[in-house]
Formats: sequence, structure tokens, C-alpha cells
Amino acid sequence: MYAFDYFRPSTLAEAAQLLASNPEAKLLAGGQTYIPTLKQRLAKPSALIDLAHIAELRGISEEAGGLTIGAMTRHAEVAASPVVKRVIPALAALAEEIGDPQVRNRGTLGGSIANNDPAADYPAAVLGLGATVRTSKGRAIAADDFFTGMFETALEPDEIITAVHFPKPEKAGYAKFPNPASRYAIVGVFVAKTAAGVRVAVTGAAPCVFRATAIEQALQSAWSEAAIDGVRIDPANLNSDIHASAEYRAHLITVMAKRALRAAG
Amino acid sequence: MAEKGIGARVLRKEDLRFISGRGHYTDDINLPGQAYAVFVRSPHAHARIKRIDKGPALASPGVLAVLDGQDVAADRLGNLVCGWLVKSKDGSPMKMGKHPLLAQEKVRYVGDRVAVVIAETYHQAKDAAEKLIVEYEELPAVVDLAKAHDAPALVHDEIPNNLCYDWELGDKAAVDAAFAKAHHITRAQFVNNRLVPNAIEPRAAIGHWDPGQDAYTLYMTSQNPHVHRLVISAFIGIAPEHKLRVVAPDVGGGFGSKIFIYGEECVVLWASKKIGGRPVKWTAERSESFITDAHGRDHVTTAELALDKEGNFLALRVNTKANLGAYMSTFSSCIPTYLYATLLAGQYKTPAIYCDVQAYYTNTVPVDAYRGAGRPEASFLLETLVDQAAIELGMDPADIRRKNFIPKDAFPYQTPVALVYDTGDYARVFEEALKIADYYGFPARRAESEKRGKLRGIGLSCYIEACGIAPSAVVGSLGAGVGLWESAKVRFTHTGKVQVLTGTHTHGQGHETTFAQLVADKLGVPFEDVEVIHGDTDKTPVGMGTYGSRSLAVGGEAIVKACEKIIAKGKKIAAHLLEASEGDIEFKDGKFTVKGTDKSKTIGEVVFAAYVPHNYPPGLEPGMEETAFFDPPNFTFPAGTYVCEVEVDPQTGKVDIVRFIAVDDFGNVVNPMIVEGQVHGGLVQGIGQALLEGARYDESGQLLTGSYMDYAMPRASDVPFFEVVTTQGTPAVANSLGVKGCGEAGAIGAPAAVINAIRNAIGVRVEMPATPERVWRAIQQSPMLKAAE
Ligand SMILES: Cc1cc2nc3c(=O)[nH]c(=O)nc-3n(C[C@H](O)[C@H](O)[C@H](O)COP(=O)(O)OP(=O)(O)OC[C@H]3O[C@@H](n4cnc5c(N)ncnc54)[C@H](O)[C@@H]3O)c2cc1C
Repeated sequence: MYAFDYFRPSTLAEAAQLLASNPEAKLLAGGQTYIPTLKQRLAKPSALIDLAHIAELRGISEEAGGLTIGAMTRHAEVAASPVVKRVIPALAALAEEIGDPQVRNRGTLGGSIANNDPAADYPAAVLGLGATVRTSKGRAIAADDFFTGMFETALEPDEIITAVHFPKPEKAGYAKFPNPASRYAIVGVFVAKTAAGVRVAVTGAAPCVFRATAIEQALQSAWSEAAIDGVRIDPANLNSDIHASAEYRAHLITVMAKRALRAAG
Repeated sequence: MAEKGIGARVLRKEDLRFISGRGHYTDDINLPGQAYAVFVRSPHAHARIKRIDKGPALASPGVLAVLDGQDVAADRLGNLVCGWLVKSKDGSPMKMGKHPLLAQEKVRYVGDRVAVVIAETYHQAKDAAEKLIVEYEELPAVVDLAKAHDAPALVHDEIPNNLCYDWELGDKAAVDAAFAKAHHITRAQFVNNRLVPNAIEPRAAIGHWDPGQDAYTLYMTSQNPHVHRLVISAFIGIAPEHKLRVVAPDVGGGFGSKIFIYGEECVVLWASKKIGGRPVKWTAERSESFITDAHGRDHVTTAELALDKEGNFLALRVNTKANLGAYMSTFSSCIPTYLYATLLAGQYKTPAIYCDVQAYYTNTVPVDAYRGAGRPEASFLLETLVDQAAIELGMDPADIRRKNFIPKDAFPYQTPVALVYDTGDYARVFEEALKIADYYGFPARRAESEKRGKLRGIGLSCYIEACGIAPSAVVGSLGAGVGLWESAKVRFTHTGKVQVLTGTHTHGQGHETTFAQLVADKLGVPFEDVEVIHGDTDKTPVGMGTYGSRSLAVGGEAIVKACEKIIAKGKKIAAHLLEASEGDIEFKDGKFTVKGTDKSKTIGEVVFAAYVPHNYPPGLEPGMEETAFFDPPNFTFPAGTYVCEVEVDPQTGKVDIVRFIAVDDFGNVVNPMIVEGQVHGGLVQGIGQALLEGARYDESGQLLTGSYMDYAMPRASDVPFFEVVTTQGTPAVANSLGVKGCGEAGAIGAPAAVINAIRNAIGVRVEMPATPERVWRAIQQSPMLKAAE
């Protein structure tokens, strides 16, 4: 690690102000991604602004029939929350499968989607459920606009995620094929039947989470595993690496979509 | 049997400190005034060092010294060496490339040590290391073992074809003749995957030169502190042996990787003197461990088995290319030769065997012993080949094995590949394993799995290994540079307590418990009164260390011998005290008794008399402390049968191990609980090799699996509850305890059981690691599954 200053604001306003006045500063949430980055000397921020002590960024509440979850809410809290289990059980199940207990006790929703790792789980839920990302600049960014590319989002450099609002789906399910080493998704598929139609989001398979429109169309016509049978995913734009080839990932997308459907009921 | 003596399931003495965070590891040691070392490593797999500019690094805050290969050369330090001379077919010695402590002229793998920066703090050393200017001229890298022979680049300019040696064992003419008249020949090619050892504690060292005494101390993570002392003195030349103390305190796992003499530990010792005698500390970061701890395995092999009509094995022919990495590590030459080809008979009476091995340099991390070392490679290829032969001949894999086992009345058994097996009853162990596994009830379980959409398979593996290395004269005749005996000192105190000083080292094996049980049993003292001391060359007698499942079979026997000396001396004292003749004294359960009477003295009374010799046999030395060395007459040969049952998800290719049965012949067992734990650990590592682990390099020689994000280690949830039986032993004859060694068995026997089970499920053998994608692809191509559709 290189030396840096450390700030511990207790309000969002204070954090936003610190970020605006320290252009080389970085936000610290659960630190599960950023601390290893620092330890390997891959980043040299002037300061860390720790969001852990800002009460308004934490918590789970019901809103407009759906859920609003604060950016600093830990994965373990979402996984164990009776409210989440009742309103969107697929979200609790997804959180339960992230990494290992240590990671779930530290990692946060805001950190996960701000980082937008191509293999992270939460982006699939946010996109699959058509959620809205709320920020310190008063913006409400639709999921379809939020994830812009590999490790890239629609956030501005001095913008802080405050919460994510998830509308309640009719049905939703998530299935992931984990990387045996890291437990991140080699392929993860989130399926949701919503008022606005079927949404299917795929993570792990490509440089950025994306909607599998062919599967969406198939499920729109019939909400059944058989409907997915005819769908072939084109491997052309998928990742190929030491863990899985693009062809295998393309195949896994349909397999995981079926399993997500089964989980959704 | 004493309550906590031989055969008892005594809880491990060492666990209280380990599980309560009170272990004391090298990195826990902090000496007054210590400085910190950070190594600058090559980012290239192969390059010429054009220029090193130390200026900016030296000017960085807190820096005490920057040392590179030129400084090593200027101080005339010796090179790192391989201690086992292997000769090629033509009699020429292996070609050992120069391996300096810090690179000179060339770097040969990503991670090769280029320089060391010593600074007041760790972070200052890190900062300065980034400022060292090294100019490289990149060279093409040799990465692929299969192509090393004809690669345009040479890892060591003076070694043609990157070939270190071309070695052979066995009777080629007899093998060729047997093949010529064979009814059937089974052929296969195997890749034995490269593994990263991944001990949970990274390597660490603190070197200290004391200017007052002109003496050196090296605290380090070592499996064999005396071997480190010997090599650092005799070959590297940093300190004379009597002025060097090597201390290996608690060590968090080794699996072979902490046997070897690496550059880093030598450098911190040398550097301490360079900076005037301040201690210098280095602890590897995990990413350094991945690219500097010697890797394991990495073979490409072609094997052929000749059979007659009935499925009897006639001959075995094996050709292996072995990857040595960029330099020869300490024992790297003997792993793919004497610890490999000598095991190719397995448990079978195959009359003729021939193996030749070409060992190549590549621009990768050096490869050396890793849990099992040579024996897993032999066992894996033999047991998967035998399975394939059975399939090709339409036989049950169980039947082909039964037909070929060495019968129990054939021992001692001379194999065609040098070894003489002492004892065994392979068929009995085999039948026991099949019974526990309900082998013949498998079809019903397969049908049940099929109903759930899963493909079920069962696989067998009958491994053998040679442990308890080793008879010094034998290993000497094969090229070993050292003797492989072991030592022990048993010391009583005035108050009847016992200190056992052993030349072996415990880093997970539980010696503190097992050896205490042994002594409690032999001397009839309470288990709690025995303390085992190890890992300090100034305290213990010279020992060769712990590896190759040798500590109990060789080191334990040395303890027994020391106990026998204690008893012999005790008899003299007891005879004097009891006014009887020495020949009439019997020793049992801690008591010296005059034969046929109830006159006796406890061992405590006798020991007290030895230390307070007021009434004492004239001419006898006082004191009660005995040292013994033991050089075994032969190896020991643990063997066993493993049965693995898997369920394969045909949609994803994911393999779940649903059952795993291990029946082992370890001879006699001192602590069955510890032995079962050793088997569990070995099995997990073997399953890791079979399903998950595999070091991968890209074409330029960058390690792609350089962290736990990409290198998959097995977790608890990847394995089932093991069914382990360790009480089927035929006692070994090379030691009086009848013990064989159990530390590596699991890692040796498991891979073939897993791979055979997968083949049984899907009809195709999948290379290791059998990742879901590989299995899924194999399923797409499986003739067996196509036929079933
Ligand atoms: C071993 C391991 C296994 C893992 N396995 C999985 C897995 O299976 N699935 C999975 O999805 N994830 C996995 N993760 C990732 C983990 O769950 C976290 O989601 C991830 O590390 C980011 O969250 P964090 O709270 O730790 O963020 P941090 O590491 O603290 O921050 C990450 C980035 O986000 C920025 N940031 C943080 N909070 C905000 C905010 N409110 N507004 C704007 N920017 C912000 C930071 O500045 C930083 O750039 C794993 C991580 C590890 C270490």
C-alpha cells in the first residue's frame, strides 16, 4: 500500500463535499475489492473516504411495494433480512451465494455495483429487476443506463451511490455457476417476470452484465423451461479465459436461465 | 498398552496453541533493530539484464542496502545446487544450470530474484524496490514442456535442447520382447498437471549475524533445518557450519515446498552482515509464494501396457517428459526418476518394465517435490492405464486388478524397477475397500442418480508408495548427495520428566503427540511428562528432516533406539540398587524388576539415582540422556485401495464426489486419529489435483493462475465425508515399530480414483484438472453416451 489520508465522515453531505474537494480521493465501502487493490499497489489514491459510519447509507426498507436498500448494506444483511426474503426472495438468495462469509460480512451493495465487476452477482439482480440507482447528486439512474461497460458505470467521478430501489417482481430467480477459485460467477442469470414484461440479465459471461433478449422473448411467450430449449446464445461477444471458453459460457447461459426459472417457481 | 501409548487416539498436544492463535511462526519473531528485505523480481520469463542502476533506490528514504547478482559474485557466494546427481543413459551427468542467489546476466522466470532492497521499514523497502532501475533485453521464452526440446531459445545458454538429462530404468530388451508377443496393447498419453504447493504460511526468514560472536542465526520456515544449515555452509558459503544456527519454529505447512534451499533465505542471512549485523526479515507475500515456491508435478507421458488374452500384464513401457522449470531445485532431479519410475510396478506382478525420462528446463518456476513427489505421477498413470486396459478387454476393472496383484506369499518381492517390497496383502485391502464401498451394488445407485438426471461413476485406485526414505547406502548409490538416516536424543531430567529431541520437523504432522506416545509407551512414563523438541540446530542432534513420510518410520525408530539405550543403562543402575545381577533385571511399564521377585525400582527412582549418584554402580557414567541414529535397511511400502464415486451433471459438466473410501495399509499405527487426519488432508490435495488445481502459463511465460482468484484450491464443500480405514496393516519390516508412513498416501492414490470414476460415468478419460468445461466437452464426444441415447 502507498500512504494515503483517511477520512471518516458521518453524513452523506460531508462525504460528498470531501469527494468533491479531493479529486484523487476514493470512496471506501466494504473494502473487499479496493483494499486488495491497494495492497498490490495497483492504486495510489490521495485519500480514502470511508462510508462505513454514515447511517443514512444503510438499511433495508419497503417502498412502493418494492425494496429500497442502502448502498452500505452488507451482503450478509440482505441475505438474512426477513423483509428481503418476503418481498424479493431471489435477492436474498443471490446475496447468500456471494463469495464466502467474510466477504459477505464486509462487502456492500453500493460497492458491488459501483465496481461493476463483469463477474459480480448484484449487477444481474439490479438489471434483471429493472432497479433504480439513487445517488448523492439526486439522480435516479435506471439499471438499463447504469452499467456502461467493464468496470464502468454511469456514475460521475464525484458521485456517491446512496441506495438502490428494487421494484417487486411477480416472480424472480437467480442461478449462478461459480468460478471454483473465486466464487464469482462464470455465468449468472437473473430472470424476472415484472409488470413491464420479462427481464433476463446475464453476468459473468461478457465484459459487462447484459440482458439476454432472446431468452426474454422466449419466456415472454411462455414462462417455461421448454421455451428456453430453442434459444441459442451466440458466443461471439462472450468472454473466453482460462476458466471457461465463450462456447461453454454460451451454453451455460441457457442452462442457468432454466435453473433460475426453476428457482423463481 | 499405556493409556496414551502406541495405538491410542490421543488428542494433539499442539492443537491448543494452534487453534487459540498462540502458535509461534517465523513472522511472529521480531528482533530488536531488525531491517526489512524486499526482493525485486523479474517481470519477464526470459531476458538478459543489460543494466542495473541502484542510485534512485539507494537514495530512497530508509534504505540501508541494495544488493544484486554482482554483489553475490563479488562475495564469491556459491550457487544453489541440486543435491541428487542423476546420470543420462550414456553415463553423462545431468547438466545443472547455474543458479545464483541473485540473478547474474540473465533472468529465467517471472519471479526470478534480481536484487534485494534492505530498509528500515517494510514500506520503505517496498517503495525503494519500485525505484530500482533494471534494463532488460527480452528473449523468447521456453514455456511449453512438450516443445522444450526443439525450442529456439535456451534457458541456459550452455545446455543444448534445454535437456538436463535423458535417464532410463528397467530392462528395455525384455520389455520390447514382451510387447512383440502381446495379445493386446493399451496405450495412452497423460498430462500430469502442474501444482502450486500453497502452504497456508508463506515462506519467511530472519537472518542475523552477531558481530560479537561472529556467528549467524537464521530463523526460517523449514522442513529440515539441518539440511538448510549444511547447504548454506557447504555450498553457498555464507557461514561455517559450527557458526550457523538454523531455527524453524512452528511452520504452517510445507508439502515439500519448505524442504528446498531457496535464494531468499540465504540472502537475508548474508545481508545481515552486509548491514553490520542488524537482523534482516523477509516474509513472502502470497503472490510471491505463487511465483517462487517450487511447484510440483508437470509431466507429459506416453505409456503402454502389454497384456495377454486373459488380462495378465506382460510389460509396461513409459516415456515421460518432466518439467524442471528454470533451475534445478534442491531435489528436483530425483523426483521424476528414482521416486517415480521405481514405483511403476504398483501393486502388480508385471514382469518387465522400462521407463525413460527426459527432464527439460523451461522459463517457469522451478519444479520439485510436492506431497507424494514422483509417486503420485507413477500411481496416476498406472491406475488409469490399468482401468483403460480393463475397458478395452471388456473386463471389470476390479477383476483385472485381482488377476495381477502380487500375492501375499510373494514377499519380499523384487520388482523389475529396483525396489524390494517388504510386506503387503493387496488383495485383502482391496476386497475390504470394495466391501465398504458396496462395489457390486453400484448399478442400483447409478440408476437412482439417472432418475435425477445425473451420470454416476465409480473408480478404483490401488496405489503404492515408497516411504521412510531411506537407506543411505541405497540412495547414495543412486546419486543422493547426503545420507538419509535420522536421529533422536532422549533426555531425562532429575524429576523424571523427558525431553525428546528429534532431527525431524513437525509442520502439521503432529510429531509432538505421536513421538510423546511412543516414548510414553517405551519408557512407561506419563504421556504428559514427555516434551518433544525440534526445529533448532543448536538444540537437536543432526537430522535430515521431514518429507517423504519418513518421520515416524526413520525418526521414530531413532527414538526407540535411544529409549532402548536408556533402558539398558537403567538396568545397570537398577541392578546395583536392587543388589541383583544386571541379567536378572526386567523392564516393563516403567519398572525395573528382579526377575521372579517383587523387588523393583521405578524408572523415576533409577533416573534420580543417575543424577544423584550417591549409591551408584562404580565406573558407570552418571546422567540419563541417550542419543541414537537410525539408518533403515529398506524403504517402507504403504499401499491401499481407494474407491471414489462421482455424480456428473451432464448439463454443466460439474463433478460432485459423493463417496470416497480409503483403505490403507500403513503397517502399525501409533495414533489412528492423526493418521486419519493425514489421510483426509492428502485426499483433499489429491482431489484438488484431479478436479480443481492447475498452474497455467501464457505463451510469454506469465503465470495466469497467480492468486486464489484464479488458482482453485479445494474447499471443505468440494469433498465428501471420507470413509477411511487405517487398521488393515501388515507391519513393515524396516523398523521395529512396523510403521510405514501415511503423510502422502491420499495425494498419491486419490487422483486416479477420481478420474477413473469420471470415466466410468461418462465413458471418456478427462485430463486433470477435470474442470466442468473439460468434462462437459468430453460428454459431447463420448461414444458411450451417444450409444446410450
Ligand atoms: C474473495 C472474494 C470473493 C468474492 N466473491 C464475489 C462473488 O461471488 N460475487 C460477487 O458479486 N462479488 C464477490 N466479491 C466482491 C464483493 O462481494 C464486493 O461486492 C466487492 O468487493 C465490492 O464491494 P465493497 O463494499 O467491498 O466495495 P469496495 O471494495 O470498498 O469498493 C469498490 C469500489 O466501489 C467504489 N464505491 C464503493 N461504494 C461506493 C458508493 N456508495 N458509491 C460510489 N462508489 C462506491 C469504491 O470507491 C471502489 O472503487 C468477492 C470479493 C472477494 C474479495
